Amino acid sequence: MSIRVGVGSPAGIPGSDPELVLDWAGRADATPCSSLGVIDRLAYGNQDPFAVLAAAAAVTSRIRLATCILIAPLRDTQLLARQAATVDALSGGRLTLGVAVGARTDDYHAAGLDPRGRGRRLSEQLGVLRDAFDQPGDPAPPGRGRPELLVGGQSGAALARMARYGDGYVHGGGPPRAFAGAAERARAAWADAGRPGTPRLWGMAYFAFGDAAEAGRDYVRDYYAFTGVFAERIAEGVLTHARAVTELVRGYEDAGCDELLLFPAVARPDQLDRLADALR
Amino acid sequence: MSHTAAKPSQSPSLRGSRRIVSVGGGPAGLYAAILLKKADPAREVTVRERNAAGETFGFGVVFSDQTLANLHEADPETHERITGAFAHWDAIDIYYQGELVRCGGNAFAGIARRQLLDILRRRAEELGVRLDFGIKPGGPEAAADADLLLAADGVGSATRTGLADAFRPGLQSHGARYIWLGTTKVFDAFTFIFRRHGRGWFQVHAYPYDAGMSTFIVECDQASWLEAGLDQADEAASIRWCERLFAPELDGHPLVGNRSRWIGFTTVTNRTWHHRNVVLLGDAAHTAHFSIGSGTKLAMEDAIALADAVDRHDDLDTALARYESERRPVVERTQAAAAASRGWFETWPRWDGFPPPQFAFSLLARSGRVSYDNLRRRDPAFVHALDRWFAARAGPAASPAEGPPRGSGRAEIAADPPEVAPAPAFQPFRLGGLRLANRLVAAPVPDYAASEGLPSAGLVAELERAGRGGAGLVLATLVAVAPEARVTAGCAGLWSDSHEASWRALRERLAGRAHLGVQLVHAGPRGSTRPRTLGTDWPLADGGWPLVAASALPYLPGGPVPAELDLAGMATVREWFAAAAGRAAGAGFDLLELHFGQGYLLGTFISPLTNRRGDAFGGSLEGRLRFPIEVLGAVRERWPAGRPLAVCLTVDDQAPGGLAADEAAAAAAAMRDAGCDLVEATAGQTTAAWQPDYRRAFAGPAGDLVRNAAKVPALVAGNLPTPADADTVLASGHADLCVLGRPSLPDPPWLRPAGTAR
Repeated sequence: MSIRVGVGSPAGIPGSDPELVLDWAGRADATPCSSLGVIDRLAYGNQDPFAVLAAAAAVTSRIRLATCILIAPLRDTQLLARQAATVDALSGGRLTLGVAVGARTDDYHAAGLDPRGRGRRLSEQLGVLRDAFDQPGDPAPPGRGRPELLVGGQSGAALARMARYGDGYVHGGGPPRAFAGAAERARAAWADAGRPGTPRLWGMAYFAFGDAAEAGRDYVRDYYAFTGVFAERIAEGVLTHARAVTELVRGYEDAGCDELLLFPAVARPDQLDRLADALR
Repeated sequence: MSHTAAKPSQSPSLRGSRRIVSVGGGPAGLYAAILLKKADPAREVTVRERNAAGETFGFGVVFSDQTLANLHEADPETHERITGAFAHWDAIDIYYQGELVRCGGNAFAGIARRQLLDILRRRAEELGVRLDFGIKPGGPEAAADADLLLAADGVGSATRTGLADAFRPGLQSHGARYIWLGTTKVFDAFTFIFRRHGRGWFQVHAYPYDAGMSTFIVECDQASWLEAGLDQADEAASIRWCERLFAPELDGHPLVGNRSRWIGFTTVTNRTWHHRNVVLLGDAAHTAHFSIGSGTKLAMEDAIALADAVDRHDDLDTALARYESERRPVVERTQAAAAASRGWFETWPRWDGFPPPQFAFSLLARSGRVSYDNLRRRDPAFVHALDRWFAARAGPAASPAEGPPRGSGRAEIAADPPEVAPAPAFQPFRLGGLRLANRLVAAPVPDYAASEGLPSAGLVAELERAGRGGAGLVLATLVAVAPEARVTAGCAGLWSDSHEASWRALRERLAGRAHLGVQLVHAGPRGSTRPRTLGTDWPLADGGWPLVAASALPYLPGGPVPAELDLAGMATVREWFAAAAGRAAGAGFDLLELHFGQGYLLGTFISPLTNRRGDAFGGSLEGRLRFPIEVLGAVRERWPAGRPLAVCLTVDDQAPGGLAADEAAAAAAAMRDAGCDLVEATAGQTTAAWQPDYRRAFAGPAGDLVRNAAKVPALVAGNLPTPADADTVLASGHADLCVLGRPSLPDPPWLRPAGTAR
């Protein structure tokens, strides 16, 4: 199967115009993109992922709606289960729930939580979530009965968690070579766990086209400032023209990626059109 | 978070008449000074060094071709002078058990450290760098009157120590002792010498560095060092002692010292490499064990990256961040390889019984950076000889030193090895009365679609496909000994006549194509779960069955709690396994494997993490092994003597408080003594909270422990995507049989053409 390409929502960029967020979702439904992704932070100026996807469900009919990723341990598990099931139901079974512990501790402090033990807590949550999604309750999700569940993280323990609870793996970004390495380990974890078939593999990257390129790099540099000396490198990876998109998509496809989510680094309406053009 | 984003245009630029000071005049400091001065002659660059010019420690240093190319690009003048003074070689020689094994195709060059420093000093002077040698170089305080301070003051860096709060260094000392010597014997290869002496083990790392000298480093573990009395030996006595021990290789040449003494290696890491206007380079920033010979290379590449970053970014903070972000991943990869290499040299006595070709391969592949395929490209003749040797006599744990292996597994021994032998993965293997055509095992993941234990048509077809694909052995996994022993309701079983008939039919269809094995399991606390198409260890909502385990501990936190298996239950389980073994024999299976690991019932008895029993079946290792050994004994009685019996053991729980390595080796040996011919060595899954490692060939160390510490033939799985990965594991002697990763087999029949094409 060939790779599919999704687009991120500008809802992750602080100060995004709510009208743009809704308009973007509706227009994305008419592009070649296969999914619309949202990020999740608390100690940051983004919009709430479930609220954005619920609104997106109302203005879309085709595109998958994905959290990439949701920092599940910040949330009460039963509430999270209810919200996810509701968005899945409202969208006609189009939710892909990507969860991970997140890369930063400031979101935990903002939520008044101790970040220690967050991996263990995520595992417990996933155990509760799969039971919750399994019960035909109210609202009853149509379609396959539960959202597609992706699990992210870099450690061996995260990959084992993915293989136990997930339908697939969501990678945190980087060049195709980095993705290929993570994909190999994800497949190994899957086989080690005795799961039939192979895990679904999702990747992600950023784009900022034309005169938005520098502003896009600034956004990414700031967003990844917590990585210290590596922020600059991540900023350099921002896709700034159509050919860079084509090359990255091909690289990810060769690395076995099933779906690549491209997030805007600048909240501007033209950016979606440029991405759609690049993908055609 | 420790680091805030670099704020452009707030820190100074290094353009124009800026003052740069290097504390330390080794390769890192001098080379950085050269490159920074060359890029902008207006800079005032000073190198401060404790030792007088020409006064230095050590003998020769090594570079690879790639490093030389980097040096050429950075400064052709120094490159030309360095290469003019080089000793070149392309072979690695391994002296072991009185034999010499040579592997070519490894381009290296060596130079006297003193000469390298002379060249760098002269070049620095030519460019106008100020050299203050033979002075107290100072520490962090020197940063006050410099725009940029290079902390290139070595492994014991005073600058780093003075700013420890900022750099947060981690210094890890290792127990092995080594002494850096020279010799007038000019080796013509990178030379390793392995020597037993008394109860001790000693090794030499030696390489030529000019027309008349070689570096000669002697290393040993602490116990060998103490036993030899070297803790009491001064430099002269140490040299005399080493000369005697390595007289055959030294060929009458003397060893010489240069204020040499026995020391331990220290691995240096730092949380950050730059702080304000101070930046760490070379050994001050990082060290990597000398057995991969990369210290000087890393130091000089640091200098190149630093000069390049300063050149490209006006802003100092950005430049230093750029330098660190470029170098850190490279350095960390090198340090990981060095740690693996250091571990190999700490462990080599375990492989002391290996025949020389296998020992040599194991040495060459030690850091994980060289595979069977790499070596085949570097030195086809070496790999060709290895293949022929493997074809002629590779056996599990077989060695002239130790006599025949105690297990029944052994390689086919051809009286007259073929001129061209296939790669190890495609060579035959004999296990008891079973002759496998190759070393590859196909173990398809079940489809969890069995009905009342009867394998689904899909699973049977998958196993048959695997057999036609060319693997020597096909293994049906997770086959339950009773309905209550299943992992999922969709697991196949072997408890009824209809099951036996179904398996027999498959065996007959595969006859003459591949051998068929079956892995019997009692799921224990991991039973009564939903099909693994949905995930693992997900308890059935309804229609489940009661769970048992060695102790009443749930597999997943908050999951269903199993009952502690009582004596009556143990008798039942034993009889289930024995009866299933009888049916397996009747079905014609060629090999029987009992699952004694990964948190399943018998595995819960073996690991201290899951066995808290106070009776005769808990406590000591002997107690914990008692019930699994009873089951093995009962099975052995019902399973035909000529057919091999295997056990799957988790030899590393990968969790604190888990089975210790010596216990794991003892467990494998106990299985062998109770009639087991082969151990599938696995790591992890004993408890839900384990810390796995899914890197390439991740079960290799587990196989190594079983095969070489316990001397039991070993089977491993674990991220082996291609037959070439299996070749590396097999040639290293870490296992005798390999399960290839199924997800990478889009078309199983490709195995056969791959084997015949070689």
